[in-house]
Amino acid sequence: MQQVIKPEEVLKEYHPPLTDHEALVEAHRCLYCYDAPCTHACPTHIDIPKFIKKIASGNLVGSARTILEANLMGATCARVCPVEELCEGACVLNAEGKPIMIGRLQRYATDYVYGRGMDVFSPGPPTGKRVAVIGAGPAGLTCAGELAKLGHSVTVFEKRELPGGLSTYGIIALREPVEVALAEVEMVRRLGVEIRTQMELGRNLSWEEVRAGFDAVFLSVGLGTVPALEIPGEEHVLDGLEFIEASKMNPHSLKVGREVVVVGAGNTAMDCATIAKRLGAERVTVVYRRTEREMTAYDFEYRFVKNEGVEFRFLAQPVEVLSENGQVVGLKCVRMSLGAPDASGRPAPEPVPGSEFVIPCDQVVKAIGQEKPWVAQMLGLETEKGFIKVNQDYETSLPGVYAGGDCIRARGSASTVMAVQDGKLAAFAIHRRFAQSLGAAADD
Amino acid sequence: MADLSINFAGIKSPNPFWLASAPPTNSAAQVHRAFEAGWGGAVWKTIGAPVLNVSNRYGAWHYGSQRMLAINNVELISDRPLEVNLKEIRDVKRHWPDRALIVSAMVESKPEAWRDIVMRIEDTGADGIELNYGCPHGMSERGMGSAVGQVPSYCQMITSWVTEVAKIPVIVKLTPNVASVVPPARAALAAGANGLSLINTINSIIGVDLDTFELIPNIGGKGGHGGYAGPAVKPIALNLLSSLGVDEEVKRYGVPISGMGGITTWRDAAEFLLLGATSLQVCTAVMHYGFRIIEDLVDGLNAWMDAKGFKTIAEVVGKSLHRISDFNDFDLSFRAVARINPDKCIKCNLCYVACNDSAHQCIDLVDAQGQVVPPYRYDAHANGKHEAVSTRPQPVVREEDCVGCRLCHNVCPVEGCIEMVEVPSGRASVTWRELMQTRPEVTEDWAAMERYRKEVGIEIH
Repeated sequence: MQQVIKPEEVLKEYHPPLTDHEALVEAHRCLYCYDAPCTHACPTHIDIPKFIKKIASGNLVGSARTILEANLMGATCARVCPVEELCEGACVLNAEGKPIMIGRLQRYATDYVYGRGMDVFSPGPPTGKRVAVIGAGPAGLTCAGELAKLGHSVTVFEKRELPGGLSTYGIIALREPVEVALAEVEMVRRLGVEIRTQMELGRNLSWEEVRAGFDAVFLSVGLGTVPALEIPGEEHVLDGLEFIEASKMNPHSLKVGREVVVVGAGNTAMDCATIAKRLGAERVTVVYRRTEREMTAYDFEYRFVKNEGVEFRFLAQPVEVLSENGQVVGLKCVRMSLGAPDASGRPAPEPVPGSEFVIPCDQVVKAIGQEKPWVAQMLGLETEKGFIKVNQDYETSLPGVYAGGDCIRARGSASTVMAVQDGKLAAFAIHRRFAQSLGAAADD
Repeated sequence: MADLSINFAGIKSPNPFWLASAPPTNSAAQVHRAFEAGWGGAVWKTIGAPVLNVSNRYGAWHYGSQRMLAINNVELISDRPLEVNLKEIRDVKRHWPDRALIVSAMVESKPEAWRDIVMRIEDTGADGIELNYGCPHGMSERGMGSAVGQVPSYCQMITSWVTEVAKIPVIVKLTPNVASVVPPARAALAAGANGLSLINTINSIIGVDLDTFELIPNIGGKGGHGGYAGPAVKPIALNLLSSLGVDEEVKRYGVPISGMGGITTWRDAAEFLLLGATSLQVCTAVMHYGFRIIEDLVDGLNAWMDAKGFKTIAEVVGKSLHRISDFNDFDLSFRAVARINPDKCIKCNLCYVACNDSAHQCIDLVDAQGQVVPPYRYDAHANGKHEAVSTRPQPVVREEDCVGCRLCHNVCPVEGCIEMVEVPSGRASVTWRELMQTRPEVTEDWAAMERYRKEVGIEIH
């Protein structure tokens, strides 16, 4: 008899919370480095030894405040940050192979305040300045929250039904349950930020309206859908981000194939493969045109899916989705070989003539990146490699219009924590802009 | 294998480890099990005057992840009937003739009460008597325990009542709740004590509950001072032990000392032996982990003695006492400086902040180009482990400015990373005492001191 798979069980948050005792022991293990490398490595520069020692001393509200002062999305980042590449990767205790579990301690502290409905910040005295934020993802919410703490009036326009951006829709529940992202949204709301959902620039929100009604604008629109594979049978291919979204919003209705192929080798591809495997696919194969060495997924994500039983087919590029009577039956691929480095600095994959083969499958999911932000073209903003171009103050080529998050990430890897830092620094830049007109009183 | 057996004023035991007079030696059942585990001896929980106990009795001090770095207690002497104790002592001694069984006693300060208890203890066949002049709580309020130990004349009087009648060795247990343990020790010896033991517990209040504002432990809404013991008291015990070991009058009696106060591992034990203890008593570590800890106390001490070439305990006892000195006799020209081994350094910067905030500002952060850089010099856009690790500066001691305070060595979390290296000071050896004799003006007048410093080349930044 086939076992019934319950999505709420197989997709529930993977890491359990630390127990009080685990947290205390771990907090005491932290050396309390001075000018700590973990803080340097953190894109938002959370004072990590400080928040950890506050856990050790039993000052959990102070600990959470320390985290959230630097990173308003601290509960999300505690779960989704690539800590091996950032704080934990820089921990001096790597000398002994046992860095402090910074991410999980951060979750312990932030869960403490969210679990008790405690607010650690309050809105600043009103300045009369109005800011529009376009997009309620991590960058937008952070920018909005920081501005509200400084007393500015902020309205966030979000095209989707729920705020939170990728935290809500794009990170698998194993890493971050929806409720965590929504709790952060509510915290930002309680700072006085108005969040208007299902409002999309160019659809039911005009740019003129935004420019006329606000003193500054922050664009945190993220990126677009997954690009087309541009192969015959394209219409049968599922969008990886929509696949993940369905697993979070409506997992019972998500139809997962028996043999699933995921195209791409980034973190979204790993997450799609995990979802497929956990929701009952017998065989999940990741197809990537380069090799293990070039894949962009973090090491820990790659290790995780291998442990889940996901298989890999490197040096293979899809050329056609095969179907019979509207049902996918296989993915035809061609073998690749690595040539000279391309523009990205990685060896360019080249097809090996006559090497086509078919991977039998009944579902194909693509996760090969995201389209560039179309807002740039719409507003006529200067771009860099298709991303919105900003200066050191996160200001775009339009004065008073700022941008941050994935939509400006022309360099480096897109991540929540980078978006949070953008949002925070942009908020400070906007505040400095206002301070000039508000006079010395508002000068920080 | 070294010979761990000892002969303490005629009391023999196969190893120097005795259970101290305390809760672990409350009953025959416990002491039987302790001897089965391998303990060399036991000092029976104090018997004597009738008492009633309270709860809660024990408070504990936890530090970091370490539970019970110290314990404090308001438990009294044995609350079991005297006859039961005496019968059980007799029974234990008959079963374990090769182990040391000492009985701790405390009665009202009357000669007949002391004579009576001594006779009854001797009837059990016990090997010795320990006079409890130490307990700082409960009994002291009734004129016993530390109320005796704190007054040398009482100490001498009562000890003499006991030694006049006792046929078995008499050990006097001293309280640390005094300015100096030497006067009561001398008094006990003058009255004929055959041995000394120290330290008993230290007066303490363990803490206050931050939710209820009650004292810890809470005794029906009240609380008060209790006896403090455990690993945290070891340095105090070592100091008091050595103060007896270097006292000429105490030394003249040539009696053995039983050392205790925080002994938890064989390492602690070895230090007590080196500073003059012949037998070693243990309580808190047993209360924390049970009788089984005797295995490594014996095994570890044995291994250390073998490694150092000691064949008997007697060869170890007091071996470091000749190094006990005081400031007057330290060599003012001895110079040590800190040196950080960059291969071992994990760049936690604890040495840097300790030196910079609390010592003498002589550790620099040096970048890969050899430039001294300030802390926190990265900008808000810098991130990632590679950036953080690859640009992290190395703490380096400016040895010419290092005063050799040793704070960095103490805070460094990496064993053997910061070492104190002896360097020539270029000055002739001299002590403060010699200066007081040969150049008294230097020790009394700042101007003379300045001239002296210039003359011998001492520069204070």
